[in-house]
Amino acid sequence: MIPEIGHFALILALCVALVQGILPIYGAAVGNSGLMAVAKPAARTQFLLVLTAFGCLAYAFADKDFSVLYVAATSNSQLPLHYRLAAIWGAHEGSLLLWTFILTLWMFAVTLFSGHLPETTRSRILGVMGLVSVGFLLFMLTVSNPFERLIPAAAEGRDLNPLLQDPGMVIHPPMLYMGYVGFSVAFAFAIAALLGGNLDAAWARWSRPWTTVAWCFLTVGIALGSGWAYYELGWGGWWFWDPVENASFMPWLAGTALVHSLAVTDKRGGFKVWTVLLAIMAFSLSLLGTFLVRSGVLTSVHAFATDPKRGLFILVFLAIVIGGSLALYAWRAPKVGLGGSFAMLSREGMLLANNVLLVAAMGSVLLGTLYPLFLDALDLGKISVGPPYFDSVFVPLMVPAIFLMGIGPLAQWKKASVPDLAKRLKWAFGVSLVSALTLPIVMGNWTPLLSLGLLLAIWIVTTSAIGLRERLAHVNGNSLVERLASVPRSYWGMLVAHCGIAVFIVGVTMVKGFETEKDVRMNVGETASIGDYTFRFDGTQDVVGPNYTAARGTFHVSRDGRETTVLYPEKRRYPVQNQIMTEAAIDPGLLRDLYVSLGEPIDDGAWSVRLYHKPFIDWIWGGCFIMALGGALAISDRRYRLAWRRQEPVVPVPTRTARRKVA
Amino acid sequence: MKPRHKRFAFIGLGLLVLGVATVLILNAFQSNLVFFFTPTQVVSGEAPQGRSFRIGGMVEDGSLVRENDGLTVHFIVTDTAKRLPVTYKGILPDLFKEGKGAVAQGQLGVDGTFVASEVLAKHDENYMPPEVADALAKAKASGAQQSKSLVVPDGRKGSL
Repeated sequence: MIPEIGHFALILALCVALVQGILPIYGAAVGNSGLMAVAKPAARTQFLLVLTAFGCLAYAFADKDFSVLYVAATSNSQLPLHYRLAAIWGAHEGSLLLWTFILTLWMFAVTLFSGHLPETTRSRILGVMGLVSVGFLLFMLTVSNPFERLIPAAAEGRDLNPLLQDPGMVIHPPMLYMGYVGFSVAFAFAIAALLGGNLDAAWARWSRPWTTVAWCFLTVGIALGSGWAYYELGWGGWWFWDPVENASFMPWLAGTALVHSLAVTDKRGGFKVWTVLLAIMAFSLSLLGTFLVRSGVLTSVHAFATDPKRGLFILVFLAIVIGGSLALYAWRAPKVGLGGSFAMLSREGMLLANNVLLVAAMGSVLLGTLYPLFLDALDLGKISVGPPYFDSVFVPLMVPAIFLMGIGPLAQWKKASVPDLAKRLKWAFGVSLVSALTLPIVMGNWTPLLSLGLLLAIWIVTTSAIGLRERLAHVNGNSLVERLASVPRSYWGMLVAHCGIAVFIVGVTMVKGFETEKDVRMNVGETASIGDYTFRFDGTQDVVGPNYTAARGTFHVSRDGRETTVLYPEKRRYPVQNQIMTEAAIDPGLLRDLYVSLGEPIDDGAWSVRLYHKPFIDWIWGGCFIMALGGALAISDRRYRLAWRRQEPVVPVPTRTARRKVA
Repeated sequence: MKPRHKRFAFIGLGLLVLGVATVLILNAFQSNLVFFFTPTQVVSGEAPQGRSFRIGGMVEDGSLVRENDGLTVHFIVTDTAKRLPVTYKGILPDLFKEGKGAVAQGQLGVDGTFVASEVLAKHDENYMPPEVADALAKAKASGAQQSKSLVVPDGRKGSL
């Protein structure tokens, strides 16, 4: 009964979404405020309906209702409750429901925080989001229904893939989807602006916080996924340039470009057309990413053949969304106008260069990800594009972008001068160059890449420090604390996010330069050394978990004769799918991680063992979280709060009527 | 500079950056493509020497031999038509099993042994890697089912 309620709620949601997608947009076009007023209640109703459906699926999982096909396929009665709930997004159907649910959640947020928007704009935004939602609801209801019954009911479920039974996997997909779907708000803003034909600085100010929130979630989501790959796959890597990872990285690159381009549109009224295009791009890539990962096309393009209806639907939906919005863009963009002019050497110029580099990087990732799929689809052979390709393309593209990242915030808008910049930046450059050249020698291993990485990281930090100092000289306040407090939060946000990149670069550089790895055969009582650490293997014993059995090894780790820690890596066996899984043991630290994973049992209690010493690896994810923190700081800025508090009557009447006329 | 010239300079610079980026990308792309070959193709000499590529097939039952160091393993990958000996030093992935599908990346040694630098098995228990399924289907179609020839010099065979 409960699953049928969920199914019915989805059907109702589709009806509401159709109304929400058609009436307000039409109303905005003809200036009928009665029709426009439909948007808000429709969005809220749709949210409640999809919430109901989501709750029903959650209940089916909690209740172990194996008469629901999806529940039977992705869970098991032995699976603990929290993983049963996480199994909602453990496979295709459920993750689409999660996607739709988050979309309606964002819609609901738009209805809450859009009091200051003109009614035409708001109804267009909600209308566009409603249309996106129509696509997803139709997809679920026609070809991938999470509530499909299994008759007769299965006695036992097939279980969730053991790799996904992990706290990281519980929160990674919702975070990632919050980011993906969050770009739909920026997308809807852009489409609304194209439809209305007016795209002013106010437009950018409205859509900026939404885009930044989405970007923060996406950053955290990607970091969580990368962290999960690090400790759960048991291979000690943090990024594999796997298509699944690339699918989430492409929207991030486009989104990062969008965040910066919006800053120019907001402050200077420039880059308008480009900003709109980036908003369309970011969301299109989010859609592409969702479908690439969840449609099975990555494991094989021929997976489409097993369910051609799904593949066809996806292709048509992508074509409508991307093609439709680009067509609208081509038609309406000239109306939007280019915005102010600026010199090549100016903050705008550098932001533009940064944007071009980010988009070029995104394009290279797109090529490496999709090309093998195209070849395979056309039966021209099977190829794969390995990490060396991405490494050799990505680093040269990002180096100038990061170098500009140091200069950009210090350059003047409209026109900057080289001698002035050189004067202000010479110390930062000198300090970074000298320390980048000497630090690796002090650490005992000089390579060009090591120096380059450190140069970029120190460059970001020193230029940020100069920027902050100059800023402090211009604000009022007697004590330093007072002056620090009067620097706007959006500026702090930028500094923090940029320093996050620096932390990230330090992490990547140090891991690449100094990590050590060892595969060894270890008998009971034998020791092996890696870095300054000695690992003693004290054998394995059998342990029993809730839904698995495991051999657990004991490793005593010591340094200079003193014990550092004891690590317990496991080799687990999940009987339901008869799957073996390596559970690595990690001793994390600010300056290094120690990592042990069990290979295979050999004989007489001996095991093959993999040992890692990974300096600074936690800085990689730390950097990502700092970036997200910077984004959060930026949106807590006073000017956005003021904008939200300002209610309709405060908007001067003449501008509102003028806007309506333009519309 | 007049604004018009400025704009031209702008566009020119933009195109230059894009051009350099494109050349870089395509160049890296060309040299980093990893091609996939079936054991039949490798044995018949279609695979390149001195360049990394991927192979895939079933790990033959009973073919897994471990050397005394506990890390170096030898096994045979087959697409039911031809058999290809593979050497790998390192820890095999959890899903690697005799009688199951596997994909390996590495180079072909002079003696015809495939020296793997990486063994991939990302699929689950019941799932067949698509490349492997393809390789098996191809071998079946070519009807060369009976041949079990191992194209390795005789001296090498003993060590397997």
